[in-house]
Amino acid sequence: MSIRPRSSPVRVAEIVPVTPFVKRFRLAATDASPLPRYSGGAHIVVEMRDGGVVRRNPYSLTSSPLHDGDYEISVQRAEVSRGGSVFMHDRVRVGDTLAVSAPVNLFMLDWRARKHVLVAGGIGITPFLAQMAQLSAEGRPFELHYCIRSPERGAYREALERCFPGHVRFYCASKGERLDVTQLVASQPLGTHLYVCGPTPLIDATLEAARAAGWPGHNLHAEHFAAPPSGTPFDVYLQRAGLRVYVGEHESLLEAIEAAGVEVPYLCRGGACGQCETAVLGCDGRLQHHDHWLTTADRAAGRKIMPCVSRFDGRELVLDL
Amino acid sequence: MLASGIKSRPVYGRLTSNPQARSNIMVADAEGALAVLDMVADAPDGFWARTHILYVPGGSAAQDHGAKLAALAPFSWHESPTVPAMLPRLRALLGAARMGTQLYLAGTEPLIGEGIRVAGEFGVDHAGVRTEHRGSLARRVQCVHCKGITESVTMSIVPCAHCGRHLFVRDHYSRRIGAFQGVMIDAEKPGDRPPAEELYR
Repeated sequence: MSIRPRSSPVRVAEIVPVTPFVKRFRLAATDASPLPRYSGGAHIVVEMRDGGVVRRNPYSLTSSPLHDGDYEISVQRAEVSRGGSVFMHDRVRVGDTLAVSAPVNLFMLDWRARKHVLVAGGIGITPFLAQMAQLSAEGRPFELHYCIRSPERGAYREALERCFPGHVRFYCASKGERLDVTQLVASQPLGTHLYVCGPTPLIDATLEAARAAGWPGHNLHAEHFAAPPSGTPFDVYLQRAGLRVYVGEHESLLEAIEAAGVEVPYLCRGGACGQCETAVLGCDGRLQHHDHWLTTADRAAGRKIMPCVSRFDGRELVLDL
Repeated sequence: MLASGIKSRPVYGRLTSNPQARSNIMVADAEGALAVLDMVADAPDGFWARTHILYVPGGSAAQDHGAKLAALAPFSWHESPTVPAMLPRLRALLGAARMGTQLYLAGTEPLIGEGIRVAGEFGVDHAGVRTEHRGSLARRVQCVHCKGITESVTMSIVPCAHCGRHLFVRDHYSRRIGAFQGVMIDAEKPGDRPPAEELYR
């Protein structure tokens, strides 16, 4: 079964600067019908029409899932932007119309947990905003450990302290504070689930520490905030469509295939969900896997690729599309 | 008469020590003690000193399994007369445990089922529990009609201990209540039922 999120138009109702680098966008339905409900950790894919280019970026919903209403997303202006976050920051105005997918949750809370430990790094705070609204309303034990670069770059710092007193702890790198993940995972009650979202080194260090401390995999949840990496341009041949497609330096394989008019199912566009898994029919060169989906055995076999984040280096790549 | 291919039918493994675990809780009944004793060769240094053992001798009361388990010199050791009598101790251990504690269950299906059910109350996922089935195949059976539990069921068809309906014992298993499901065999034609077979000795 393949799922393709149906997109619907929304109106940009409000744009609020949160930090010098993060803006919050409130997105409202364009008619009287309410936007679909979602759970904490869900994301939407925002479709931006930038001239002839269609950009689709996933953003976590940061608004409270407890009530019907508008969607809120928080967008950090990427230092090396592929175009999406700069477009959102510089080009989108209140009153504009964007298309968004239905919400999809690939980073769900496990409600069987006795306690929830949330670890955020930088803009990785976004899925936790919605989750904490739910945890707090349900009276579930939780704590947030939020790593930020500097006080002015810690998005939602004051709001978190105000709304969830006693539940949040900040680690500010500019003040020399750092989260000791080994200590964090050593002292949690049995039945705790741990959720981590942020830069890859933080995710890897946290998961590694937890596994070394004997945490089972089921209790560990991670969401990678990875944009598709850039790389050397290459050509791909789509066997069923009979099309040769050029993949530019700053576009993903998926984006190039979509621009050529071929539809590929997707959900996360970040190498996590597995929806866009595509069979490799021919490969004279090296697949550059950047996903968190394929197994080591899959990678060794070289017959599958996740076009949302992965690339190719070599003479000829043929895909079953 | 066995309904087959039912996914909820639990599958058990072999007990192996989790070398990563900071502490261990080991629960066994009857011949499950032998599964624990079989781990000795495989257990890393200092394993038993960080292990709690709860044991219910049950059908193996005549053997000296309990003494052999105690001789492993575990961190704590307790023998209980029945599984229900053991559960409060298991709850106390789980309630005080930290992440990095590994739970092991060895012995009869009701012991394993009850252990997994209670572990679930503490947010422990069943898939992370290490289990080994030893000894009796007797089942806990829930009557789907009156919801009563009949213990130590070896026969199918079996009369429900609560409402007396004649139950066909299915492989359909509920982790939440730790029991197989029994459905009335002669609902359409009262009295029309196949002979009972001993399937779960």
